[in-house]
Amino acid sequence: MASSDYKMGYKDVMNRRNEIMKRAVGIDYAAFEFDRIGFDYERMMREVGYSLSEVMAIQRAQGVGNTPLLKLNRLTALARKLSPTGMGAQLFLKDEASNPSGSFKARRAAVAVYQAKKLGYKGVIAATSGNYGAAVASQAAMQGLKCIIVQETYDSKGKGQPEIIEKARKCEAFGAEVVQLTVGPELFYEFLVLLEQTGYFNASLYTPYGIAGIESLGAEIADQMLVQTGRYPDAVVCTNAGGGNLTGTARGLRKRGAVETTIIGASVDLSGLHMASDGDFNRKSFTTGHTGFGLPFATMPDRSDVPRSAARPLRYMDSYVTVKQGEVFYMTEALAQLEGMERGPAGNVSLAAAFALAMTMPENTAIVVQETEYTGAGKHLQPQLSFARENGIAIRFGDPEEEIPGKSIILPSHPSLMKARPLPLVQLRKRLVENLVSPAVSAHAQLTAHELDFLADESRLTREAIEKIIRQVIPSDS
Amino acid sequence: MMFQKEAWVRIKRIVMRPEERTAQIPEDTRNVPLEMWVKGFAEQNGNLGDTIRVRTLTGRIETGEVVEIEPSYRHDFGKFIPEILTIGITLRDILDGGDNDGE
Repeated sequence: MASSDYKMGYKDVMNRRNEIMKRAVGIDYAAFEFDRIGFDYERMMREVGYSLSEVMAIQRAQGVGNTPLLKLNRLTALARKLSPTGMGAQLFLKDEASNPSGSFKARRAAVAVYQAKKLGYKGVIAATSGNYGAAVASQAAMQGLKCIIVQETYDSKGKGQPEIIEKARKCEAFGAEVVQLTVGPELFYEFLVLLEQTGYFNASLYTPYGIAGIESLGAEIADQMLVQTGRYPDAVVCTNAGGGNLTGTARGLRKRGAVETTIIGASVDLSGLHMASDGDFNRKSFTTGHTGFGLPFATMPDRSDVPRSAARPLRYMDSYVTVKQGEVFYMTEALAQLEGMERGPAGNVSLAAAFALAMTMPENTAIVVQETEYTGAGKHLQPQLSFARENGIAIRFGDPEEEIPGKSIILPSHPSLMKARPLPLVQLRKRLVENLVSPAVSAHAQLTAHELDFLADESRLTREAIEKIIRQVIPSDS
Repeated sequence: MMFQKEAWVRIKRIVMRPEERTAQIPEDTRNVPLEMWVKGFAEQNGNLGDTIRVRTLTGRIETGEVVEIEPSYRHDFGKFIPEILTIGITLRDILDGGDNDGE
């Protein structure tokens, strides 16, 4: 328990955040930082994380992973029917809902909870309104640790997203304590208070354990595709929010040698809705997998709940597309009606994008949707659409292009209207560089060659492009 | 409504009053308190609405107003959404050769 001299006010606790984090994660992040802005990501992953074979062994021991890779024959046939002759990639789906907690997040949680137990922590805490909460709770149950999940659940009227309420139920089903809050980034304060009070491990999504845990997903896709089709997939589509799913999957594919596979990030378009707004909170029909997380985390990965995030999606992303809420709900129903699988909805963001992309790819190519999630009361397209309608959001058939997040949900009037809309990735890479160099800018410092290499690895931009951005950010120095 | 000591209850506590909230959040959020709910075993007898101490599942002690005694889950599958019903019908029609291309 915290000593009584400790001040528990917001500022006092926030001032102790680095100290609290160091104790709660057991990683000295400073050891991997260099010069002013440099950060040796690969060395951190090597020295702190686990190797792919260790990850797989930990997961097997907990019944995690080794999920089926299913061929989506009927959806592929539909995509081909709607495409020009010779077009329509074969769709595959990695059925991650068959993990113990019902989503791929079990992979991250298995490794994080294993690490917590190894280091002697009595319990784990995670701040998440998503499937990760259930995953940590499930793993804590399996590995015999206590568990607290901190959720942003309600608006100021006490009205909660049905999807989040269901996730709270699932956490409690696994014996976890669930702390629920109203909207606001000060959730992080309450999270720090709980870490300090309990001395539990911060099972953050963004530690090297949380990311190494997903590498097995990429590796399994590579292995299963090799067995089923004789080669690696042409493209893998990952639902992108915090960036960990994409980062880990891409790393796993690379470790297996699938270096030619195109890595596509997909987020549901929630542009115009503010993630910290009480009024906008229940106007979102997706609580994850959306641009409200995907864009800021891609361009500022270290904004997470650990000092240095192990999720660095722009290092791995070859393209980034958005889909509309109506399209994801539509594909969720299509998956049930044509493939006989009830999954999602949030996990089907990548399925919606993949279906649209498949129509633009040749017939002899293969595209993998790398996750599904469990479905149930609250967490299903009907309660989510019902909740949206109650909140005054118009739901109709039409062209999803006309959907306005928070005002309308437009289900495609025909499946040929499904689209994957590319985001300007180069702009995001530039913004990432600007964000990373900003601490050095305020100090008016020259970046070292080593730091420039770091920026190139982070952004995949050329040295010339990076130097140009720096000259623009620091005009007085040029 | 009364409850006995050791009853399973849900409490609510204000973590931050509006004036204590951080500056860089949208105005609608800054105008309302940050509230927290947690479940636990009541440390005393009491009535709905009383402020009491509870012992949570991890053994923490939290204080707050009792808002629910023996809380239950009430989320469900929502109301009927007629649009959903038509999606499968349309898709099977297109794929399995309804009236589209005469397959």
